[in-house]
Amino acid sequence: MMENKVVVDRMRCCYCGGCVGVCPKDALLLEEIALSVDSAKCVKCGACVKFCPVEALSFQK
Amino acid sequence: MDTVFDAVVVGAGPAGSIAARVLAEKGVKTLVLDKRQEIGAPKRCAEGINVASLKRVGIEPDPAWALRDIRGAILYSPSGRPFKVDLGKTSGYVLERKIFEKHLARDAIRAGARYMVKTLAKGVVLEDGRVCGVSAEFMGEEFTVRSRLVIAADGVDSKIARSAGLDTSNSLSDYHSGFQYEMAGLKLDDPDNLHIFFGADVAPKGYAWIFPKARDVANVGIGILGQLSGPGHRAREYLDRFIANRPEIFSGASPIEINSGGIPVGSAAPCLVADGLMVVGDAAHQVNPIHGGGIALAMNAAKLAAHVGAAALSEGDVSKERLGEYERIWREGDGVKLEKLLKLRAFMEKLDDDDLEKLVDILDSDEVIKLTNGEYGFLVKKFFRKAPKILPLARKFLT
Ligand SMILES: Cc1cc2nc3c(=O)[nH]c(=O)nc-3n(C[C@H](O)[C@H](O)[C@H](O)COP(=O)(O)OP(=O)(O)OC[C@H]3O[C@@H](n4cnc5c(N)ncnc54)[C@H](O)[C@@H]3O)c2cc1C
Ligand code: SF4
Ligand code: SF4
Repeated sequence: MMENKVVVDRMRCCYCGGCVGVCPKDALLLEEIALSVDSAKCVKCGACVKFCPVEALSFQK
Repeated sequence: MDTVFDAVVVGAGPAGSIAARVLAEKGVKTLVLDKRQEIGAPKRCAEGINVASLKRVGIEPDPAWALRDIRGAILYSPSGRPFKVDLGKTSGYVLERKIFEKHLARDAIRAGARYMVKTLAKGVVLEDGRVCGVSAEFMGEEFTVRSRLVIAADGVDSKIARSAGLDTSNSLSDYHSGFQYEMAGLKLDDPDNLHIFFGADVAPKGYAWIFPKARDVANVGIGILGQLSGPGHRAREYLDRFIANRPEIFSGASPIEINSGGIPVGSAAPCLVADGLMVVGDAAHQVNPIHGGGIALAMNAAKLAAHVGAAALSEGDVSKERLGEYERIWREGDGVKLEKLLKLRAFMEKLDDDDLEKLVDILDSDEVIKLTNGEYGFLVKKFFRKAPKILPLARKFLT
């Protein structure tokens, strides 16, 4: 899992910001309808991926 | 564009707009920034609120946004047995939140506050470790607003407090994963009550809800504990199953809106103030841990913060110690109730479906109302006589 990164599926994301609130490293940013992951800050803990109510986040190579 | 205000409020949700109104009423030159292009939309809310909470922050219900009068709630046990909590008269409303929030903003603007929408606040400006403004972006233009006071009312996706070094992140064990459809074409037997459904199959360590907005329109949603969310068992999947299993309500219904979100259901954030900064509402985790309702608590905390903030500004002392009066008052008031409800949540999470059925047998409506107020002293005695199996849990969590 280590070399993977968190990827957002734009077609699934509802832009609710819920994942942002569960990120311990402040690596997620929700602009109005754009969610981005700062891979420099992300520690790949998986909290956001687990949390997302609509499976819009995943780890990918 | 660089500007100077006395106070900047980040977030034009219920917390931000109440804070802005109170500050402006006290003559504080206030600017509110919200990243959304439309205040109030998309909602991340089931839109339920009680009458008393509106009164507490000086808001008169307006039919423009108080869509439906609610008498009480019907709770459904895992086997589907209804338990009625009737408050006898209008005890709350289901709101049209996008209109409600615009009205709150309108009131703040009428009191003298200024607003900017579609404006992302990127972080606080720090000088010698003190917050003295925010940096922001509007339509590609970056700018700085200087202000002696910043109020972070930026919801669960809070960035502002974090940029000042306060930890406002949530843990999956104290955070619900929520998903909801606003639906039309429902067949609702009783659209004058909130309907709340419990059970491990329905919503593990959470609940599903139907909050009516009209006879055949409702917010239909679910919240599950974040820790229990994962591939194949996410809030959305639970909700779709809940709907599929109830054709008598949903056979002719379709969604007119999708909402999702995170709901803090743990303690308030560990620290709510810094030099020049106050945190309120969802950003501060000021949410009822039992039902996940946060509008009322957010607005009340915002009112308190704004009172203290305005006084601090006029005294010329916005230090952490001075602003800490807000945190003290809040923790001694709503904070106490929240901590009690948190214990109740911990207790409820340990109950299995049989235990919940037992509760339906032995509790009455008044007792359930007491529980939602954090009064559970009577439970241990009751379980001693009527539900000895649950007694050890109650002793562990509720005493
Ligand atoms: C599915 C679901 C159902 C719910 N149901 C209910 C319910 O029935 N009743 C109830 O009382 N509560 C409910 N809640 C909780 C309730 O919605 C929140 O507690 C409430 O919205 C908190 O208000 P707030 O003002 O603190 O934050 P918010 O309403 O989230 O407002 C925050 C604002 O800040 C803005 N913002 C965020 N970051 C920035 C930034 N960097 N720059 C500029 N602007 C920013 C956002 O755009 C937003 O407008 C529910 C929550 C969910 C997820
Ligand atoms: S929790 Fe899921 S739906 Fe919500 S913003 Fe994050 S990725 Fe998008
Ligand atoms: S994996 Fe963890 S650190 Fe990375 S973005 Fe998600 S929550 Fe943040």
